[in-house]
Amino acid sequence: MKLKKSTINNIISYGIVIIAFIICQSMISSGSMSRSLRGQMIPICVYIVMAVSLNLVVGISGELSLGHAGFMCVGAFSGIIASAWLTAAFGLENEIVRLILAMIAGGIVAGVFGVLIGIPVLRLRGDYLAIVTLAFGEIIRNVLNCLYFSLDGRKLYVAFNNPAIPGTILVNGPNGAKDVAKISTFPVGFVLILFALFVVLNLVNSRSGRAIMATRDNRIAAEAMGINVTKYKMMAFVTAAVLAGMAGALYGLNFSTITAAKFKFDTSILVLVFVVLGGIGNIWGSIIAAALLTVLPELLRAFADYRMLIYAIVLILVMLATNNPMIRSLFGRLIHRGGPAAQAQKGGAAE
Amino acid sequence: MTQTENKKRLLDTKMVPAPSQGIIPERDYYSTPVLEARHLGIEFGGLKAVEDFNLIIGKTEIAGLIGPNGAGKTTVFNLLTKVYQPTMGTVLVNGKDTAGMNTVQANKLGIARTFQNIRLFDNMTVEDNVRIGLHNQVKYGMFTGIFRLPGYWKQEKRQHEQALELLSLFDMQDLAGVRAGSLPYGAQRRLEIVRALATHPSLLLLDEPAAGMNPHETEELMHNIIKIRDQFQIAIMLIEHDMNLVMGICEGICVLNYGRIIAKGTADEIQANPTVIEAYLGKKKEG
Repeated sequence: MKLKKSTINNIISYGIVIIAFIICQSMISSGSMSRSLRGQMIPICVYIVMAVSLNLVVGISGELSLGHAGFMCVGAFSGIIASAWLTAAFGLENEIVRLILAMIAGGIVAGVFGVLIGIPVLRLRGDYLAIVTLAFGEIIRNVLNCLYFSLDGRKLYVAFNNPAIPGTILVNGPNGAKDVAKISTFPVGFVLILFALFVVLNLVNSRSGRAIMATRDNRIAAEAMGINVTKYKMMAFVTAAVLAGMAGALYGLNFSTITAAKFKFDTSILVLVFVVLGGIGNIWGSIIAAALLTVLPELLRAFADYRMLIYAIVLILVMLATNNPMIRSLFGRLIHRGGPAAQAQKGGAAE
Repeated sequence: MTQTENKKRLLDTKMVPAPSQGIIPERDYYSTPVLEARHLGIEFGGLKAVEDFNLIIGKTEIAGLIGPNGAGKTTVFNLLTKVYQPTMGTVLVNGKDTAGMNTVQANKLGIARTFQNIRLFDNMTVEDNVRIGLHNQVKYGMFTGIFRLPGYWKQEKRQHEQALELLSLFDMQDLAGVRAGSLPYGAQRRLEIVRALATHPSLLLLDEPAAGMNPHETEELMHNIIKIRDQFQIAIMLIEHDMNLVMGICEGICVLNYGRIIAKGTADEIQANPTVIEAYLGKKKEG
């Protein structure tokens, strides 16, 4: 019976996302959405995917990762390079195909980095793991600051700390990528959200997901049950890295210029704030928090100078509210009213 | 090692001379011991927590490990399940040396355990706890799970059925959807046993299974332990302070004090052993 519950519940989740997309899309086409908000639509998609994937690491596998923006950075630059290379080498002009291939490339490269970083990092626990992920996030960004990529016909050149390379320069060290073809679109971002949800929700409700949650809840018992803890921690970490890389590619191809400085420690913390505010382990909370908190600074533009002050106050209030037992129980009752399916989801996605 | 030497060694370390209670018709005590510990020991910075621990447990034997608090009983369990790596001696499980193995490999070899302080996955349902026990029994890969390939539905169904079947052992199938952490204490202990059984062990280690249970529940537990042994044909070793339970169901008992075995034998032998009485009650005052 449990299978059916979780499946129905997932379908409801996808349904809500699709409805939200249709509303946004119709607002865009009817012109009732402000220009600045319209510009925020793709970053919102990106941050939602980032928050959902980070929640897989922080909430589901229970390891605090502070370097998630590093994978986004890798994804963004490999996406930009892949998109330019596809046009130069194969004359691929179709923007959607190019975007999707770039996102896949970003995901794969970020996944490889996830494995490389995961091997040393996942041997550590708790605070140490958090600090080392932070360090790796910064290392990725700083190394990319020194890398130069250029295209000469079909050939891709890479140089370290040496801007004198042949062909047209794609990524110019600390100056980042310039004149990027802006091929990201809102519908593709929406499909990426659905994909991330599909992967994370299905993973959580499977044998591997249960093993991941078991290692989080009680490492010693999980090992005694024959679960290879490192393997499953790695699975969550790399899956999150792949999703972050895909989101990064979407993000990179949304701007005509982008530098590695965009993916500072602040970005990692911003995504972590979405996860914590939405409720650790709660996928839905992450989505809502990411969407609202990305829009909020834009909505507060009217308050001009006091914008960030109000933003901070809102954050504090939400933190207080979500920690208040009265309000929590109110939400709990609302979720109960959603029927047994919603309740099962709560258990499945882990509190 | 010659045949006679081998037999002598086995006799030397064996706990009891095969008592027959007519439950299990045939026991291969001598051919394939489920567990064999030879001179097992561990030092923590010079402190010998367990020393020269020799033990053989035959197929379908119920063995007891008793001793005063701090005698090293749980340390023995931790050595057998490779939570600690022994600094001396060897452990053979079904004839295979476990040197250099970790807890996961020891479990795959056939050792499952419960914990003194209950270690359930509290936030998951009762059924999911058992399913985690079935992790290495009913398998499918990560991609099958994410993309819901046909294997997913088939194996999930098998896991569901097997989990309910195991839960029915303790009449817990109705609690399948309940959060494990919200179960009453006794039920949590039973769930731990079910979860350990789900890993298809050949040796089940129970660390104080009756702790915190009332006499009625303990009585029920005794029947259940024998039922598990008969139904699954596995060996069971238990640490317990409840002497009624130990003396009632253990065919061989091993007494540990200060990390050393001070006596081995049947319930009657142990009860009459002066060293054991001294360890538990202290020395009789001279004069």
